[in-house]
Amino acid sequence: MQKKTAYSFPDEILEHVFSFIQSGKDRNAASVVCKSWYEIERWCRRKIFVGNCYAVSPTMVIRRFPDIRSIELKGKPHFADFNLVPDGWGGYVLPWISEMAGAYPWLEEIRLKRMVVTDESLELVAKSFTNLQVLVLFSCEGFSTDGLAAIAASCKNLRELDLRDSEVDDLSGHWLNHFPDTYTSLVSLNISCLGSDDVSFSALERLVGRCPNLRRLLLNREVPLDKIANLLSRAPQLIEFGTGTYAAELRSDVYSNLAEAFCNCKELKCLSGFWDAVPAYLPVIYSVCSRLTSLNLSYAPIQNPDLTKLVSQCPSLQRMLVLDYIEDSGLEVLASSCKDLQELRVFPSDPFGEEPNVSLTEKGLVAVSSGCPKLQSVLYFCRQMSNAALVTIAQNCPNFTRFRLCLLDPKIADYRTLQPLDVGFGAIVEHCKDLRRLSLSGLLTDRVFEYIGMHAKKLEMLSVAFAGESDLALHHVLSGCESLRKLEIMNCPFGDKALLANAAKLETMRSLWMSSCSVSLGACKMLGQKMPRLNIEVMDEKGPPDSRAESDPVDKLYIYRSVAGPRFDMPPFVWTMDEDFASELS
Amino acid sequence: MMMLMMVSLFLTFFFLSHSPLFLNKHQLQRSPNMLGTEHDLNFKETELCLGLPGGSGGGGGAAAAGGGGGGKNEVESSPKTTGKRGYSETVDLKLNLQSKEGCMDLNQNLENGSKEKNHLTAKPPAKAQVLGWPPVRSYRKNIMANQKNNSDEISDRASSGSGGAAFVKVCMDGAPYLRKVDLKMYNSYQKLSDALAKMFSSFTMGSYGCEGMIDFMNESKLMDLLNSSDYVPTYEDKDGDWMLVGDVPWEMFVESCKRLRIMKGSEAIGLAPRAMEKCKSRV
Repeated sequence: MQKKTAYSFPDEILEHVFSFIQSGKDRNAASVVCKSWYEIERWCRRKIFVGNCYAVSPTMVIRRFPDIRSIELKGKPHFADFNLVPDGWGGYVLPWISEMAGAYPWLEEIRLKRMVVTDESLELVAKSFTNLQVLVLFSCEGFSTDGLAAIAASCKNLRELDLRDSEVDDLSGHWLNHFPDTYTSLVSLNISCLGSDDVSFSALERLVGRCPNLRRLLLNREVPLDKIANLLSRAPQLIEFGTGTYAAELRSDVYSNLAEAFCNCKELKCLSGFWDAVPAYLPVIYSVCSRLTSLNLSYAPIQNPDLTKLVSQCPSLQRMLVLDYIEDSGLEVLASSCKDLQELRVFPSDPFGEEPNVSLTEKGLVAVSSGCPKLQSVLYFCRQMSNAALVTIAQNCPNFTRFRLCLLDPKIADYRTLQPLDVGFGAIVEHCKDLRRLSLSGLLTDRVFEYIGMHAKKLEMLSVAFAGESDLALHHVLSGCESLRKLEIMNCPFGDKALLANAAKLETMRSLWMSSCSVSLGACKMLGQKMPRLNIEVMDEKGPPDSRAESDPVDKLYIYRSVAGPRFDMPPFVWTMDEDFASELS
Repeated sequence: MMMLMMVSLFLTFFFLSHSPLFLNKHQLQRSPNMLGTEHDLNFKETELCLGLPGGSGGGGGAAAAGGGGGGKNEVESSPKTTGKRGYSETVDLKLNLQSKEGCMDLNQNLENGSKEKNHLTAKPPAKAQVLGWPPVRSYRKNIMANQKNNSDEISDRASSGSGGAAFVKVCMDGAPYLRKVDLKMYNSYQKLSDALAKMFSSFTMGSYGCEGMIDFMNESKLMDLLNSSDYVPTYEDKDGDWMLVGDVPWEMFVESCKRLRIMKGSEAIGLAPRAMEKCKSRV
């Protein structure tokens, strides 16, 4: 019998205490205090986040946590967003769903990112989890509207269905009809990624009409402008709304209906959509503008002065996504109007154009950094940058948590001094002590990596392309960035030395991606042999590794820590370098 | 009837000869990485000690060379390494890769793009697109491309609703990677050809003529081509039939293409008669 000291609580008390700890990190920390805490914690954990679906197996998760109600899984590496990960690489959710179907019948929430989800998986979800409330498929692929129909038909308690940025095969338009007439629980619906004919509009209208708790509705591009007024009038309680195509011939009845509908949405705070937007219909949202905290115009080809005029009417903006049509002048207006701005993303309207088509330079970002004291998160595509501008920005915004700069020409130097941009980015990491995410671009030598290793102690994710001169750069990052979890590198002259010298570091990270670099096959094999808790995956079109020389560089390399061992669902062009690899081939 | 078929066959074959879609087998093999870096393993390093890699930058070798790009500055970060193509070979990089050996190294693309801009007085070719840069999601790239093309017709777009992407899978016999292309990113067969060339490293299609359609003429030349081991692009249309790429106007192709497959010319011969039948019935 276990002796209880004066300092130990009955399990129920501890469990109750743990129920206040929501953060996974904190729970993980609590679970390693002692064996009894580990036991108590694992029985009462309800929510789990698996950042890499191959880092652990579903069996292991289920064995440790018997009663999970909410799971979040991520599959492919981030660079899959830019077509660097070939089709068929992996990230299949079916094995997870199959095992959870039996183990977690009370599962309420499933959130997946960059995973391959088939109709079969969705059908299994629909059949197995009658209490499913949240289904988020972020950047997923592999399923069709048939799978969605199964979900709609069976999940009576569904509150949130979010297909953000997913690729859906359109087979039939009428999956929305599968929501029964008795179904009224919808709170959030994001179908913005669906293609043509996927949505039966009348079914959508009826659905919206019978769900009084609907707060978030993001339509797809195919929903015409003249239908929006009707929808909005059925859901004036919306907080977040995404239009469909925002272009139509100017008609006074459509215009006034729309204006009135928007006006009646007294709680509307977030707007998005605006595909193909024409200036004529912009004023209908003016009544909402003063309340807007989030505005996504990144699909709207609107230019100045209409764009700037719109922005100037939104003093409460916290989050702004826009195309570079806003130009430096528009950003200056943003800087003077939107003092609460926390996040800015400026996307390129013509990413592959030879010459700049808009006047968007570093000046716009400097203006925003100067005018918006709460600015924390930046994603900025532009064509020129200077060290001086970056230093100014860094000094203006020491609170940056995310800073991603993408110069369209990835190796462009400081346009004023023709120097590399090392000093500029160095200032960013030096001043922004809370920086968690950084993407570099421009002409960069090893020096910038020295700065990063020295200063970026809270950096968790680093994206590098066409930068550096030698392995020293990689070594600086791997040895200096204490909090580093994800490192993704493309087209840099980094080879074996830094990688091998810092092999132990790799076990403290979630993953490392290196493509078009100079890591040799031999080094990969060596890592595979020496580090059994790392999966070293080599992707190459040229053929199996045994047919090539040890010194041959590998095309793509993906290294991640795992307690599940090598995976078995690899396509023919992916090889795992593990300790058996060498012997298997001989 | 027979005569008509023969003529049609004849005409189709011209297309393939007039616009050779061939790909020599050896071009499939990629040459080794051209960054010219050292690859020898220093075993001391591999004992996982945390010492600095030997030498101040010797390990990494020469960086990928490349001008600053954009013609705005002349900075070259480091001397070219061996193995890179000389400048003179890069001039018609975009048009015909047959004479080039091996793969298109991405860093070279960048260098070539910028060099061309600096040196050519004629209109510079479109900048070679580097896979993965700029880091813009395909969905967004497609929206932008569509909007650029339709910039004059924005107000009429209400009913057109051409929707988002037109992703189709592309496979090539012998290449293990399956790829996806978004057909709406391109507005001509030539652009698609260029994109496929980059994807499959040395695949090339010749010029399609101003309308981008099959030009009907030289049967025997085509037969030679199809009999060789060179590659031709084919596609599966809405009806599930496999057709030769280039048989219909571009817009029609985008609408009807479900999948692309780059196959050997000798295998594509079997498609020709069926393709002809279909062409006939369309016309």
